[in-house]
Amino acid sequence: MSITPTSAQFKTNAHHALGDADLQSALAHVPTGFVANRASAIANLPEFDALRDSARDIKNHTLAHLDLYLEAYEEKVKAAGGHVHFARTSDEANAIVLEICKAHDAHIVTKGKSMISEEMGLNDVLAAHAITPVETDLGEYIIQLRHETPSHIIAPAAHLTKAQVEGDFRRAHVDLDRARNLEEPETLLAEARTILRQNFLKADVGITGANFLIAETGTSIIVTNEGNGDLTQTLPKVHIVLASIEKLVPTLEDAAQILRVLARSATGQDMSVYTTLSTGPRRADDPDGPEHYHVIILDNGRSSMLAGPFKDMLRCIRCGACMNHCPVYQAVGGHAYGWVYPGPMGAVLTPALIGLDQSADLPNASSFCGKCEEVCPVRIPLPKLMRLWRDRAFERHLMPWTQRAALGFWAFFARHPRLYRGATSMAIGMLGLFGRGKDNLNALPFLKAWTKSRDFPVPQGGTFQAQWAKRNAGPQIKAPKS
Amino acid sequence: MTISTGPLSGSRPRVGLFVTCLVDLIRPSVGFAAVKLLQDAGCTVEVPLQTCCGQPAYNSGDRATAQALARKIIGTFEVFDYVVAPSGSCAGMMAKHFPELFKDDPDYAAKADRFAAKTYELISFLTDVLAVTSVDTSFLRKVTYHDSCSGLRELGIEAQPRQLLKSVRGLDLVEMEEATVCCGFGGTFAVKYEEISSVIADKKAMNIEASGAPVLLAGDLGCLMNMAGKLARRGSRVEVRHIAEVLADITDTPPIGRGQKP
Repeated sequence: MSITPTSAQFKTNAHHALGDADLQSALAHVPTGFVANRASAIANLPEFDALRDSARDIKNHTLAHLDLYLEAYEEKVKAAGGHVHFARTSDEANAIVLEICKAHDAHIVTKGKSMISEEMGLNDVLAAHAITPVETDLGEYIIQLRHETPSHIIAPAAHLTKAQVEGDFRRAHVDLDRARNLEEPETLLAEARTILRQNFLKADVGITGANFLIAETGTSIIVTNEGNGDLTQTLPKVHIVLASIEKLVPTLEDAAQILRVLARSATGQDMSVYTTLSTGPRRADDPDGPEHYHVIILDNGRSSMLAGPFKDMLRCIRCGACMNHCPVYQAVGGHAYGWVYPGPMGAVLTPALIGLDQSADLPNASSFCGKCEEVCPVRIPLPKLMRLWRDRAFERHLMPWTQRAALGFWAFFARHPRLYRGATSMAIGMLGLFGRGKDNLNALPFLKAWTKSRDFPVPQGGTFQAQWAKRNAGPQIKAPKS
Repeated sequence: MTISTGPLSGSRPRVGLFVTCLVDLIRPSVGFAAVKLLQDAGCTVEVPLQTCCGQPAYNSGDRATAQALARKIIGTFEVFDYVVAPSGSCAGMMAKHFPELFKDDPDYAAKADRFAAKTYELISFLTDVLAVTSVDTSFLRKVTYHDSCSGLRELGIEAQPRQLLKSVRGLDLVEMEEATVCCGFGGTFAVKYEEISSVIADKKAMNIEASGAPVLLAGDLGCLMNMAGKLARRGSRVEVRHIAEVLADITDTPPIGRGQKP
């Protein structure tokens, strides 16, 4: 079981998103927050580009030897007293989580932020088996109250305004004083903290994601800003780590290197507030920690990307910089993308994981401005990979027939320069007639997709090539008369 | 008009102008401005019969058409020392993506690479190859400049247009906020995702208006038509032109989307 994608309705989703005033007001913070903060963090680190190269190389090396590193990692986890489970699909991963929960008679499960658990649709599965999942990341907690999915991979509630959150808290926390003041973000945070604290203590199992799995030590690493991950993984008697295969890196030093680009790219912080390492369950002389430590490593289609052109996508460290800087994401937000991963990284990853026929719009809905590649800390050529998906969509006739027909019509003339010159001269002459005495052509049916929201300028008249031919390429060139 | 040039002023490079579809069809004056700038900088300019760089096909997943058009262009422009286009987008297609199109074709890859190596966007060709540092012309207006994405990110065009604009007498260049953020054009994106494109264009238009400049310049006609169309729809009086028109002093034509004389 996993969440049902609505990526095939991207255009409809985007239409609703553009008309949603609360969403638009929330999205207005993306350029002033994430984008500005990243820029100043990077301005303070002259070696940032060199670190990006290094991060890319570490990831490429790991992916080239992933089988070896996975085995080495598994050995180290076992040696530390933990268990590693490999899951091919979300269903298998969910079954493993359930089995562990049942073995420990779990009723309440706390969760640190994990996009893999979103991919698995884990919360619904747990709830269906009478196990209560409690999201402990503030953003995740908010969207859980709203029965929503994350709209951003590091800021799950990026689509919400403070006023919406206040409303949610008043609806959900009915036992609290109705007259309480919740206007400041700090008061919202304090209220969530109080409620979550009770759950941290009650939880039987804690589930976290992983930013890195370290092959040399069998360690999993999470980065958070709220410390919720630490409480999730140290207080309950069982800790389950959910990760996908590409989270592996060879050494702690490699992880440290990538950490230098991760937070800067994500939030503009030098480091996240908490960087938490866990290696196996509590040892005899440890003051705290879980009694049982499980790692579930999900494939879910990724291993088939290893051999092909989409391998570069597996370098992704989930910083969110590509979506923060994407004009399309900034306009429509994350939910329009219709599945777990939004923005440019989602536009490349989603077709690989749920199928192109379900998501052909995503790699198409980009102006190819290239900003995502420019900011990617591991230098994933996102526009190139989106274009590769477009190639496949074209091969499989997944684009609307009207678009394909228009493309074919244009291609015929483009391939025949003499016909092209004649046809374009004629067409421009016609447009000139329609536009006589006007500045813009706004009433032509075949220009509707353009002129709905913009004017279309009346051509100056005559094609350049026709005028040039008439002038016979003489050395004295004059500006055309208007 | 004279142009200050550097090392190449003694030779006459033979330049094939790739005029681009939009300039050819919508705004020929940009083509004539390009010719003038190139000739003033000491080039011999020719315009062979041509159509499109193939970018609409390439970005729609139709590689076969893109390759066919690329072969045609590479053949057509084989005889020239340089290929120059008044567009970062089309120049980027030819200089960066043609090699990508043929990288698995051992018979043609080298040819595509040679073609790519001699292909340039107009403004950066003037500054980077011909070592033009200034133009001898005047434009007594405050202008703002939009960095079109392909030119900026694929070809590194950012300082060059500003350098030449600053040499125009009387021209006052003011930077808008987010000058390097996409205008929402994106070729077929503008019509396939009209609604999203329009919202992005609105944000761009607001930044243009907020700059206070009555004139907007950029190096790509697609982006210019998008921004001009959006500005006009918003009722803005900002005049929109291709940067080559100002640098070549061909500004007696009305701005984009204005039928009457300015």
